[in-house]
Amino acid sequence: MNLNELTIKVASEKLKDNKISSVELTEACFTQIEKNDKDINAFISTLKDEAMEMAKASDVRRAKGESLSQIDGVPIAVKDNMCMTGTKTTAASKILENFTAPYDATVIIKLKNAGAVIIGKTNLDEFAMGSSTENSYFGVTKNPSDLSRVAGGSSGGSAAAVASDMCIAALGSDTGGSIRQPASFCGVVGFKPTYGTVSRYGLLAMASSLDQIGPFTKTAEDAEILFDIIKGYDEKDSTSVDTSKTSTLKPKTLNLIKIGVPKEYFAEGLDPEVKKVIEAKIDELKEMGAQIKEISLANSKYALACYYVLMPVEVASNLGRYDGIKYGFSADGENLLDVYKNSRSDGFGAEVKRRIILGTYTSSSGYIDQYYNKAQKVRSLIEDDFKKAFEEVDFILGPVVPTTAFKIGEKSKDPLSMYLSDIYTIAVNLAGLPAASVPAGNIDGLPVGLHIIGPQLSDLNLLNLAKICESQKGDEDGIQGA
Amino acid sequence: MITKKDVDHVAELARLKLTDAETEEFTQELGGILGYIDEMDQADTADMEIVSQITGLSNVTRVDEVKNKSDRENLLANAPAQKNGAILVKKVFE
Repeated sequence: MNLNELTIKVASEKLKDNKISSVELTEACFTQIEKNDKDINAFISTLKDEAMEMAKASDVRRAKGESLSQIDGVPIAVKDNMCMTGTKTTAASKILENFTAPYDATVIIKLKNAGAVIIGKTNLDEFAMGSSTENSYFGVTKNPSDLSRVAGGSSGGSAAAVASDMCIAALGSDTGGSIRQPASFCGVVGFKPTYGTVSRYGLLAMASSLDQIGPFTKTAEDAEILFDIIKGYDEKDSTSVDTSKTSTLKPKTLNLIKIGVPKEYFAEGLDPEVKKVIEAKIDELKEMGAQIKEISLANSKYALACYYVLMPVEVASNLGRYDGIKYGFSADGENLLDVYKNSRSDGFGAEVKRRIILGTYTSSSGYIDQYYNKAQKVRSLIEDDFKKAFEEVDFILGPVVPTTAFKIGEKSKDPLSMYLSDIYTIAVNLAGLPAASVPAGNIDGLPVGLHIIGPQLSDLNLLNLAKICESQKGDEDGIQGA
Repeated sequence: MITKKDVDHVAELARLKLTDAETEEFTQELGGILGYIDEMDQADTADMEIVSQITGLSNVTRVDEVKNKSDRENLLANAPAQKNGAILVKKVFE
């Protein structure tokens, strides 16, 4: 096995036993990037010089017995919507194409303090708006399983980088499914933690009440390791919560775990082959002793509509700061108003503009009650559905996406059909719950992910269940569609 | 339903300048999206309160003291235009 194909767990053990060095491990990742990224386009920028310095420093520390953490010396990629001092942080947008971040996001500080080797910034849909990475100013990221298909979005770059072993693990962000959907499409583990457990300080805000940073890894165990590094209360994020509570739930053995399967997630719209893969996984768990129960999340049908009111309103507010004045792309104009309009119109892509207009409209006087206030009430209904469900079951399982990865260009002409690919992931963000996508099988070589949802702060128990559920790489004959 | 006039008005509020083609395109697309959003009208929210966030946190404050000593030069490095240590902008008042 090549070094870049290792997991965090195995790489860290080999580093500890001096079987490999961080320099060798990092070089292996860059060799893979140089070989494949021209075809996949997972990275917006790579940081080879800086990364090799970090790798050397890691090896020196290790030789002195001063390793900082389990991920000291491990190459990690970061979605390019997280600020890292001295690096271009673009949000895959023309408006930040030449923006050099003057500070580190809290998660970056945590990675650096843990000794991780940050190898580059990965591609995304512009400002994290999209489900395919086709909205990137820097071109689409291709799915490593099939280069004619999307890697998913908005964290397509991070998912593809991990799936194609260009890094050992990566960070992404998830507002409506942007970690879990690309994880499903690319066949890797993608975890969205409980809202508030990972600091959003330094994450270029999209929808502040929904955004959350999380790991992309090759195994659920690796996701647990990386989550442990990045989580924690941060006084710089006023929505940050005390994460010590994530450790207090006692883990149950599988035969004591009750799994809920929502009937609404297995209805019309779900590809029958994907349904087979997911049902086979659930049957597997049943055979291992878990109790499976059909449940109902009655307000699921409103989740997408609710999200597409709330999120654009927050987007319209958050993107008001990009005005061509303090930083970013600036276009000239006759007066101040023209500078704002020219900078923003020239700097933002179509999907970003679409969502800003939608959000401005639905929060404007005369419409705010019909749309925004209504959506905020519907959000409560959706949260309640989950609260009631979690009184009966411990976790909820289902598909992540209705289909496998679609072809590049297939959905880009119809925004609504693109939005519908988030139909199962979105309710989770509205309710602030933790959720993961783990590899569950393949259909004609295209990966399928299993969605695991837990109650707030059940992150560690959820990851324990994920370890049981995940299909191993090379286990393709385990569960397959026809 | 949303009209071209609505889109133009809202674009102005959002400080966006749209071409005629963009206005036309967005009016159609947003019409479709809003049609889908209208399904929410069927949700029974009569007894529900407006909720802005799900953490249950409120009044998160900190002591008003400077902690980050950011250096001006670093922060101004990204400014499109500067003068005498300040960001240079077009005049705000006539």
